[in-house]
Amino acid sequence: MSKPFSPKVVTANDLLEGDVVYLAADDTWVRDLQDAEIIEDEAIADLRLLDASAQSDVVVGVYLIDVIRDEAGLQTTHFREEFRTKGPSNYNHGKQVELS
Amino acid sequence: MYHYNDFDRDFLAERNAQFRAQVERRIDGSLSEDEFKPLRLMNGLYLQLHAYMLRVAIPYGTLNSAQMDQLAMIADKWDKGYGHFTTRQNIQYNWPKLRDVPDMLDALGEVGMHAIQTSGNTIRNVTADHFAGAAADEIEDPRPVAELLRQWSTDHPEFQFLPRKFKIAVTGAEQDRAVTKAHDIGLRMVRNDAGEPGFEVIVGGGLGRTPMVGKVLRDFLPKADLLPYCEAIVSVYNLLGRRDNKYKARIKITVHENGIDEIRRLVEDRFALLRPEFSGVDQEMLAGIEAQFAPPAFTQASVAPFKAAYHENPAFRSWVDTNITKHRNDDYAIVSISIKKHGDTPGDATSEQMRVMAAITREFGHDELRISHEQNVILPHVHKSHLPQIYARLRDADLATANIGLISDIIACPGMDYCALATARSIPVAQKIATRFDALKLEHEIGQLKIKISGCINACGHHHVGHIGILGLDRAGVENYQITLGGDGTETAVIGERAGPGFAYDEIVPAIERLIYAYLDLRNDAEETFLQTYRRLGMAPFKSALYPEKEAKNAA
Repeated sequence: MSKPFSPKVVTANDLLEGDVVYLAADDTWVRDLQDAEIIEDEAIADLRLLDASAQSDVVVGVYLIDVIRDEAGLQTTHFREEFRTKGPSNYNHGKQVELS
Repeated sequence: MYHYNDFDRDFLAERNAQFRAQVERRIDGSLSEDEFKPLRLMNGLYLQLHAYMLRVAIPYGTLNSAQMDQLAMIADKWDKGYGHFTTRQNIQYNWPKLRDVPDMLDALGEVGMHAIQTSGNTIRNVTADHFAGAAADEIEDPRPVAELLRQWSTDHPEFQFLPRKFKIAVTGAEQDRAVTKAHDIGLRMVRNDAGEPGFEVIVGGGLGRTPMVGKVLRDFLPKADLLPYCEAIVSVYNLLGRRDNKYKARIKITVHENGIDEIRRLVEDRFALLRPEFSGVDQEMLAGIEAQFAPPAFTQASVAPFKAAYHENPAFRSWVDTNITKHRNDDYAIVSISIKKHGDTPGDATSEQMRVMAAITREFGHDELRISHEQNVILPHVHKSHLPQIYARLRDADLATANIGLISDIIACPGMDYCALATARSIPVAQKIATRFDALKLEHEIGQLKIKISGCINACGHHHVGHIGILGLDRAGVENYQITLGGDGTETAVIGERAGPGFAYDEIVPAIERLIYAYLDLRNDAEETFLQTYRRLGMAPFKSALYPEKEAKNAA
């Protein structure tokens, strides 16, 4: 049996700013993971990745990440993606200040 | 040091204008990312985890105060007020915006700097001994040759699409401070039987996923043959190097698969063809470059103020004992400014610190600075009488940490805090080790020890040649750190040996602590360094210290 599908979010980096962005349901790109579209179906995930790839004039390097939903909201499952939601750990540069 | 002529300035202006137009075409949609990426990489622009990153070359690690001031200006105007000095004597800006990068490159051009070939499958920034021109153990200053290599390799039409990146390091000294044996080509200046200076040519060294110590291709190469010989090496590699597999594409694999004797035969054949093509113009240019690297006019003055301060001020004395290296002129000193304050990010300097270092060298240092591959900044020529004032100014700028060569003088790559390739973080591990041993007040007791940390297998943090190397990996979605022991990046280069299973993020600092306490117990006396003890006793006692549970189980 294949593994059950885990929820996904489309992510990329903004072309001009270079920062981390997530695809929202209305095809815009948002800075906060909490505003991202959660994709619950594998076929839709593939379609949304294609939609996102078509926006190459706005973003660079689109891919899908695994997420889980808990009381605190959307969470990434891999530490690399967790760092991308926050910014570097040595300075308060990046998302941890921009989003607060 | 080398000053740009009209040709250099025009070349750079044209190149920057080209890149400005390429950025515009990317933004207006005429260029796709696939088309744009190789163009931006050729100009040093990466896209990392949180932002773009611009890597600026500091050729052979040498810069003057005006250049350092400009690096500070760029950090303030287009970045977040700091820069990161790297193990290849470059500086990286972690937060540029795409639209600003052409302006940043123009600002660099104003002071004769660029980001060309700091990425891509080209010949990268040529690195050199950071004590070049000042070291007491030097045959000749290697930087004129490094500059000649820079000019030859920059935009060289044959070598813009090599199988993989290509790194050259050069030293003029007996003691190898440029890690020449871990480079694609390493050049060590030696003398032949007639006393003439030339080069021992080492090829096929490198770290990364397949670490190798370079092999000697030529015992003695006359200086005048350097360019045609290097051209022969790179062109043999260009044809023979594997383009089918990225992980087997570096020249170290080419040398390994074909054998050094076959590579030597091919290079010598190619050299025989190329040598007559070099009419001597390169040697005329080299003579012009050498004139620009003439030693500074050394000051004649009493060193009494230095001796008095050394006697009176214990903090100054500790800094001098740790951070000063012998200069070829007895009244002078080489100062290593530590960019490794305990708890700070290795290699990061604020714009204010850059300006302080620029001002110091303008006033006291014959207007020269160096960036070391160990991510520190060097004042190569300081009259000893000025040391007390320099120390005071560095202290006020948080730059007077007395830890050069000690356990907290750690090389660390940016790791997963910045780098898109990283598999784990490096910076916080370096910060925690430095802070821990500072708190234990053991640093000076431990003595000479090089810890080097990489956040992935590509080994930018040189972990293979650290006395203690730390490699951060992703093990089933968790950060995990492997320890290697006994590495050495000098003229006695050795690749470190893996100690055993890795450690979790919160276990790595305690593991290092066990290792250090074991060393303090095992060493013959305070004079025996960690590396010497390791070489005398081998892995076993250190392994027992690292894995006490296993030891207990075996005993049971």
